[in-house]
Amino acid sequence: MLIIGCGNRERSDDGAGILVAERLRELGIEANTRSGEAVDLIEAWKSADDVIVVDAVVTGAPVGTVQAWDGRQPLASVSTTASTHGLGVAEAIELAQILDRLPMRLRVYGVEGRRFEPGAEISPEVQRAVEEVVRRIIADVSAPHDSGRPNPHNSAFY
Amino acid sequence: MTGRGARTIRVDTLARVEGEGSLYIKLVGERVGEVQLRIYEPPRFFEAFLRGRHFSEAPDITARICGICPIAYQMSAVHAIERALGVRIDPAVRLLRRLFYCGEWIESHTLHVYMLHAPDFLGYQDVIAMARDHRAVVEKALRLKKIGNRIVQLLGGREIHPISAAVGGFYKIPTKQQLRDLVDDLEWALEASLETVRWTAGLQFPNFEQDYEFVALRHSDEYAFNEGRLVSNRGLDIDAAEYEDHFVELQVKHSNALHSVVRGRGSYLVGPLARFNLNFDKLPEVARKAAVDAGLRPPVKNIFRSIVVRAVELVFACAEALRAIHEYEPPAAPRVEAPNRIGVGQAITEAPRGILYHRYALDDNGLIVTAKIVPPTSQNQKRIEDDLREYAAQLVVWPIEEATWKCEQEVRSYDPCISCATHFLRVVVEREDVKD
Repeated sequence: MLIIGCGNRERSDDGAGILVAERLRELGIEANTRSGEAVDLIEAWKSADDVIVVDAVVTGAPVGTVQAWDGRQPLASVSTTASTHGLGVAEAIELAQILDRLPMRLRVYGVEGRRFEPGAEISPEVQRAVEEVVRRIIADVSAPHDSGRPNPHNSAFY
Repeated sequence: MTGRGARTIRVDTLARVEGEGSLYIKLVGERVGEVQLRIYEPPRFFEAFLRGRHFSEAPDITARICGICPIAYQMSAVHAIERALGVRIDPAVRLLRRLFYCGEWIESHTLHVYMLHAPDFLGYQDVIAMARDHRAVVEKALRLKKIGNRIVQLLGGREIHPISAAVGGFYKIPTKQQLRDLVDDLEWALEASLETVRWTAGLQFPNFEQDYEFVALRHSDEYAFNEGRLVSNRGLDIDAAEYEDHFVELQVKHSNALHSVVRGRGSYLVGPLARFNLNFDKLPEVARKAAVDAGLRPPVKNIFRSIVVRAVELVFACAEALRAIHEYEPPAAPRVEAPNRIGVGQAITEAPRGILYHRYALDDNGLIVTAKIVPPTSQNQKRIEDDLREYAAQLVVWPIEEATWKCEQEVRSYDPCISCATHFLRVVVEREDVKD
């Protein structure tokens, strides 16, 4: 399973995805960090079958809300990804769909952010949400496979 | 005595730009009223953040200002600090820095030409809609951009926030074999870039020329990246150390980014068009020929044609990367030691969007006392407003939706990196009733 945390730590709540990846690494779970730029992301998950992407989002939900989407479905509600780049995670998924470059399994965790300016402290609600996403990903990674046997290389999203 | 309807060109979120800001244009009858490019993000955080930090941290800290052009920030930072400390770098390190910059130019120009700007010319909302009809084009762009990424990753040490560039050189340098492994990809990229020039040259461009003051670095025997005099088509010819004598930054109420002007003259233009017009003779033959074959000769005064110029610069970046790889012999040491010393140093390098100025004052412990950073987008900001004042006048007869779209396209011609300058561009054009 490939886990990718997206965002920019220097931009307050935009660092949520990066913080999740760093926390997972501390716990011994391999995780990548990326800016979340679409082309880079499509390249990053090219050879992976099973991918989890974490990014900060702005959907209008209360700050710190964690949402999960099946990345193989249209992500209209995630189009407001708050990353500071021209093409973000939602665009990466849409573009990858057209170009047949979506991984077999793709789960997207979105952490609702509030502040995205450089240098501001991360919102406490987002800090708590980071821990929640970490717990959920650990559960995903260690969840029993469809057959019922534990298999850390498969997710049980579907 | 009836007045024309008041209209506002209003683009609340200008898509396909890097960062967040908004554009407001007021049309009063058939006259253009206020034009304001508004940038919200507080830009000066990084300058304050650098104070009190050791100079060795500056390349890594400033690289975080922008996700698209971190190399530019690193290059201006290391060169300015090296000047402050009197550090002379190994010629092999200089060559590697040029290669590093080529990687970023390939990434950034590919992103802008294909993903951000081409949809404007082909009538698509975005690259996603474009990809449905032009799949091969988008596939090519992905491959090209990936090749730029490979260079940046190899020299930068990791995929995001590169960490290998250092004052005095690099923390880690590549082997000749690692560079040779890039050659096949780069030869493909060079061909793909030549195709990009032909493809972009076939697009339709609005008829809009302006009398710009072009400002770019100029070097005696290279298409300048990291070194050279700052010159313009109006007689400017200065060293980086004189930059603040000739350029001033003005605060404007409507933007968090400062407006940069040439003292006594006003707005100016930096970026691909300026470089091409001032340094056409320094382009390698393959890029010059591609430009001429595409009908492009200096001076190019139509900002919409910057998409073709970026493609020409893609050709240059691929050819230059290949040259650097062929000439590369590893330096004796990855970097030279830089002493803690009092000093002030300024440097200008050519970021993909134009010149990027850095100045650092250091104390005897090597700590940064003051830092000043002037990114290309804030330098172009006033010029974008001046353009829109002229361009919007041509558009008053158009339905508001089309006028708005065209203004957005004009702004995107600059590839504004507002997250550098300070984050979305919202465009608002307002029309007001006037009585005759």
